[in-house]
Amino acid sequence: MKIFEKLKQKYHYAVILLRQLVITDFKIRYKGSVLGYIWTLLRPLALFAVLYTVFVYFLRVGSNIPHYAVYLLMGVIFWNYFTEVTNNGVSAIVGKGDLLRKLAFPRYVVVVAGSFSALINLAINLVVLGIFMIINGVPFTWNILWLIPIIFELFVFGLSVALILSTLYVKFRDINYIWEVVLQAGFYATPILYPITLVMEKSLFIAKLMMLNPMAQIMQDARHLIITSQAETITSIYNNPYARLISFSIIIIFAVIGIIYFKKKSPSFAEEI
Amino acid sequence: MSKEIVISVKNVSKSFKLPHEKADSVKSLFVNPFNQNRKKFEVQHALRNISFDIKKGEFFGIVGRNGSGKSTLLKIIAGIYQPNKGNVVVDGKIVPFIELGVGFNPQLTGRENVYLNGALLGFSEKEVDLKYKEIVDFAELDRFMDQKLRNYSSGMQVRLAFSVATILAESDILLIDEVLAVGDADFQRKCFNYFRHLKKLKKTVVFVSHDMESIREYCDRCVFINDAEIVYDGSPEKAAEMYLAMFNESGHIDKVTNKSTIENVSRWGDGSAHFDDIKIENLSEKEIKISTEISFLETIEQPIVGIQITNSMGQPVCGTNNKILRKNLESVKAGQKITCVWTIPNIFSSGNYTVDVAVTHHDGVTQADWWHEATDFKIINELNTSHIVSPIIGQDFSL
Repeated sequence: MKIFEKLKQKYHYAVILLRQLVITDFKIRYKGSVLGYIWTLLRPLALFAVLYTVFVYFLRVGSNIPHYAVYLLMGVIFWNYFTEVTNNGVSAIVGKGDLLRKLAFPRYVVVVAGSFSALINLAINLVVLGIFMIINGVPFTWNILWLIPIIFELFVFGLSVALILSTLYVKFRDINYIWEVVLQAGFYATPILYPITLVMEKSLFIAKLMMLNPMAQIMQDARHLIITSQAETITSIYNNPYARLISFSIIIIFAVIGIIYFKKKSPSFAEEI
Repeated sequence: MSKEIVISVKNVSKSFKLPHEKADSVKSLFVNPFNQNRKKFEVQHALRNISFDIKKGEFFGIVGRNGSGKSTLLKIIAGIYQPNKGNVVVDGKIVPFIELGVGFNPQLTGRENVYLNGALLGFSEKEVDLKYKEIVDFAELDRFMDQKLRNYSSGMQVRLAFSVATILAESDILLIDEVLAVGDADFQRKCFNYFRHLKKLKKTVVFVSHDMESIREYCDRCVFINDAEIVYDGSPEKAAEMYLAMFNESGHIDKVTNKSTIENVSRWGDGSAHFDDIKIENLSEKEIKISTEISFLETIEQPIVGIQITNSMGQPVCGTNNKILRKNLESVKAGQKITCVWTIPNIFSSGNYTVDVAVTHHDGVTQADWWHEATDFKIINELNTSHIVSPIIGQDFSL
């Protein structure tokens, strides 16, 4: 009980601040724009519409996978979340420089707040995904509950990368351009718009390599569990039930590096920004 | 740490590295990996071996000129900067007012900003709820709370920020960094009332200021920092004196500088009379003689001619007029000129003084000519005190 009280006290300020920062971000984001919060939906939907028209409708990619439209949309939504979290991460510390120089709050709060803001958008996007599933006739099963641990994994991975990027950006101000390129490459290196089977046919080795990307593992797991059992997962590609642990380990390594690096550098943020 | 001590600063040193060429892009790492210049930087010592303890309920002042390290020290106490050496132990919750209205967002309404600012200072929504009405009343912004902050005047923003800070921050320790330098007279009065209130509540306050008057009035103890080191730790009187002495040239001869040094002369009045000239006739250790010549362009019945001397802090030190002195002038006809000489005993403390002179109609309100900062003089008093005036007070001993 005492430990609980102590923990509560230690994180009291952080929780209050986190809550208020997320609320503020939510309010400000689309203030003054005509469509307001609908933009959150329109961005991934527009990308989806383009990809669907080009790759599915004309190029007939993924025609052998049932519910490929929903399959594609899910990938786009997950990737959109990752893009948002990491981009929020890059600017989190530097963007809040004014606050950092004048108040002594736990620095990680601003990065975590960015992750939560993106999480809210992800939730809204998932509602739209649900609607598409109904339209497309994807059956709803209890498997949908798997989304909770999957999104948790996605959250941890996104936040870890965001912590690293936010710290790097304090010192290296061209990280944002580099990261833009990395994201662009990542979009094609991750099986978002094409099924991973397409790669497997060419080279199983490359497919295995691609699945080391935690985003690929997360996406494929979600598709496999919720949309169609035809979606390959990391375990089926490696043909090893423990293959998922590789991906988990990678995420844990990122998390550990992120936390240690951030903790080491955060005391001097106020003077370096 | 003793129970009474709430802030303990021990051997704190802080230096900043000022790189000649900052490697702040990944590119420069690659382009010039062996460039020796990259590693060169100047070390600027902001604080050197600072130690002091602040007791519970103390109103603790920090003075020093710009760049002496005051604000760095305050930021280290607040936990914003980390010291290179030494440590700071704080017992209790600190609310820093390094700046008012931190995190205010112009896109949000006044109400939303109150909650955001509150959260930044560490207060939950519930805690702000309880005080919300009080905050709005204190800021006198009831009608504007649902408008966006960008529609507020800057004065309104300051009022809102100040009332959030003061009403909410009932924590044990407050750090205040010259927030009071801004704002109009009315706002400053509010601030000073707030200080008195804090003193009454026996809060611990760390106060950085350039205003020696408030240091003298409110602080119980004061440190004077010069060149990153504590030069003096003790009575606010002495600290303020040392601070002011730094700005006074050494020497012991009183010196006159005539009005040439003053720009921005401002004067106003209905023009029925006019000061033609003002001169400091004589400035000695005993007295100061100031003479003026007044031309009357219209006839004024029983005009009043007055003088006021103000110190560099903006405080009126002394003044008088012929009505107070019961030296009535009869009607002065248009076209007449009169000369007026004041002889003021030299009771002044060291420092710069400005002189205002005025002619008014008999009611004392309708101004014919008010000449603000008509001239100035500088006093270097060998028997100086830290008080507003330093008259030579007789002191005799007998056995």
